[in-house]
Amino acid sequence: MAALALSGCTVPSFGASAGVTSSSKSVYHLWQGFSIGAVVIGALVVLLILWAVLRYRRKGDHIPTQHQYHLPLEVLYTVVPILIVFGLFAATLVVENKEVSNPKTNVIVDVNAFQWGWKFTYPGTNALVYGQTTQDPEMVVPVNTNIHINLTSSDVIHGFYVHAFNFSRYALPGVLNEFTIRAQSTGTYFGQCTQLCGLYHSLMWFRVKVVSQSDYNAWIATFNNPTAEAAAKAASKTTSQQTASLVPSKGSTTKYGR
Amino acid sequence: MTDVLNPPVQIESDDHGRGAGGGLDDVHGHGHEEHHGPTGILKWITTTDHKVIGLSYTVTAVIMLVIGGAFAEIIRVQLASPNGSLVSLAQYNELFTMHGSVMIYLFAGPFAFGALANIIVPIQIGAPDMAFPRLNALSYWLYLTGAITMLSGFFVSGGAANFGWVAYAPLSNSINTPGAGADLWIGGLLLTGFSAIFTGVNLTATIFYLRAPGMTMFRMPIFTWNMLVTSILILLAFPVLTAGLVMLYCDRHFGTHIFSVAGGGVPVLWQHLFWFWGHPEVYILALPFFGMVTEIIAVFSRKPVFGYKGMIFATLSIGALSLGVWAHHMFTTGVVLLPFFSIMSLLIAVPTGIKMFNWIGTMWRGEIWFSTAMLMALGFLFTFLIGGLTGIYLASPPLDFFTHDTYFVVAHFHSVVMALVLGGMAGLYYWGPKITGYLLNERIGKWQFWSLFLGSQIFTFPLYILGLEGMPRRVATYAHDPQWKTLNDISTVGAVIIGVSTILFVVNVVVSWKKYPSGDNPWDGHTLEWFTTSPPPHHNFYRLPQIRSERPTWDYNHPGHQALHHGQHDELALHAEEVPVS
Repeated sequence: MAALALSGCTVPSFGASAGVTSSSKSVYHLWQGFSIGAVVIGALVVLLILWAVLRYRRKGDHIPTQHQYHLPLEVLYTVVPILIVFGLFAATLVVENKEVSNPKTNVIVDVNAFQWGWKFTYPGTNALVYGQTTQDPEMVVPVNTNIHINLTSSDVIHGFYVHAFNFSRYALPGVLNEFTIRAQSTGTYFGQCTQLCGLYHSLMWFRVKVVSQSDYNAWIATFNNPTAEAAAKAASKTTSQQTASLVPSKGSTTKYGR
Repeated sequence: MTDVLNPPVQIESDDHGRGAGGGLDDVHGHGHEEHHGPTGILKWITTTDHKVIGLSYTVTAVIMLVIGGAFAEIIRVQLASPNGSLVSLAQYNELFTMHGSVMIYLFAGPFAFGALANIIVPIQIGAPDMAFPRLNALSYWLYLTGAITMLSGFFVSGGAANFGWVAYAPLSNSINTPGAGADLWIGGLLLTGFSAIFTGVNLTATIFYLRAPGMTMFRMPIFTWNMLVTSILILLAFPVLTAGLVMLYCDRHFGTHIFSVAGGGVPVLWQHLFWFWGHPEVYILALPFFGMVTEIIAVFSRKPVFGYKGMIFATLSIGALSLGVWAHHMFTTGVVLLPFFSIMSLLIAVPTGIKMFNWIGTMWRGEIWFSTAMLMALGFLFTFLIGGLTGIYLASPPLDFFTHDTYFVVAHFHSVVMALVLGGMAGLYYWGPKITGYLLNERIGKWQFWSLFLGSQIFTFPLYILGLEGMPRRVATYAHDPQWKTLNDISTVGAVIIGVSTILFVVNVVVSWKKYPSGDNPWDGHTLEWFTTSPPPHHNFYRLPQIRSERPTWDYNHPGHQALHHGQHDELALHAEEVPVS
């Protein structure tokens, strides 16, 4: 898996994209690994079908020899897939364990989904963003910082999905879903509810705006709350990269956990 | 093992100890005496003959396919532009809910086990009818009533159910979805659910107790085997859905709080109950079509099913594994054990792969006849391969987080169900002559095949890309990403081509009506249904051949051409071959 991850940039994307978090990049490499397997096996099976179809088309009223069993072949195509499956499972576990580990968290955002919009609050500050459907409420977060998200729902089940994060999680009523995101490049990323939630489900949009630490501090300060500054100061202590670097920092990971 | 190669010398050995009753008694008892009962509409209403009931099921299910397909065409036209205005947001939610519900609950399942299995399984095992003929009639009438109940939602105020075919709580409660449409959906599904359970009981009992003498378990045709496993899955899974639906109804009307947080309930419990039915349901839908395709490939390759016993064990393992994978539909809830459900789901790829290689092995060194049925079966192989491979991704939680509820998932399961439609069409072209006594037109059939096969690929491929680009499912518009229009348009064109293929099928039935008499055994079939007349008499058989392998009709027509093990071909082939290959 590590070798696969290293060579990730030279392998085709198979339709996916790397995203902007380090976890989205791990998912992308896992995607590439699965895709290589799928393409190789798929091509093999298609070629076998085509070969059988072309080679053994009926040419006359001849009854072929009635071969039914070929034990060595049958064992081969039972054992090899089992080995492949355990390989895929191992790769899955590597990425999954990375995602569910619990990293140090500096910024906490409470995300609340409702019919049909989003509310983002920042505990310890007065910052609050609230918007319905196409008002595109914007969740502002600092770059290269672990952001702990507490996801809840006020009514039905919603889906918190940001394509650039290669990640989604249900917002469930009565359940607190927690995960951590670490965005590695600044920018504004589109998000949308993915779980059918009623009439305006198609329009339940939001955005995630990833900004530099100083811009984030300034944004929090616009809510004119003294505790906001304190929280931002605490956050800035552990975050040295305040510039909007597009280069992923080595060893940093985006982690999703419960 | 040896029973296939060297059949025992005894003629009427009842070596499995049961099944001697129904089959032979009827063969000798009724003989050539025909059944005299009511005719016309009265026959259709009062019948307990599994063939007539099966035919009613077939016609009803094909009508459901057309209705569900019409919903799909409206959905695809709506999505042909980013701000489609053909239907409103509310109507759109009703349409995709009823499209999924009609296709899954009212077409695919009833078509597989109500229509084709109902007609074919008793004949394949040499039985005169199903074990419980009246229960069989009840199944059909429950199904028809359920279908009408569910669809009548369109005619009540508030419209049909609109919470998706999965009806997730608490969206499906009375606060979020008031109105009779949702209740009619629940009622319709309860009725068709009982219909499925009764058919499951009936098929299981028929297969266990009404097999003809000599028809041991390991001489049953693969289709019958698959229907046995399907029936057992129905009996394990459907009661859970029924219970869940009753709970949902109580929550809606009797003030219980099973799925509502306010009263101390758990919304995710609905998902557990639903998917505990819902994932076995995937195989309840798929296994019958696997069985059909297996038989069709063998017959049109003039060879026995390659790895017959391996095929049976693969089917049994799929059945067993399918009961332990339901929570892979719930990875993104954050409340299920990820690795267990991941490895169980991944492992299903192994027996499915065995089947795929067995299908290829059956064609290997065969003599393939490209009839429409065989082409449809080959189309199934390719389309199911795509659906199967993309399913492996979804068994991996990190990849599921990434693609869940996007069009990638929609594309994945539409590849699978389009494969099932191809398999079902293969079944209709293959067994249709047995049921009616007449063949369908092969030229129109080939046009239908190419439009259905190519249409399916043109329809699904853009959806995979759209899903990877982040298009969520169940959205009526995508105004924020208008660049998705091109791919959506291509998909819509594919859907229209699929629609054309369905019209071609109906045209073929009309054009070929009583035109091409088929004879009893038009395909040189292997199994018992090809031994009797087309259509079969009231109790199916006037006489039965000796059953000494899983291919009694083949053995009867081609003595000496028995199935061979690896390494045994040389000496036996010399004796078996009448004409050497040039």
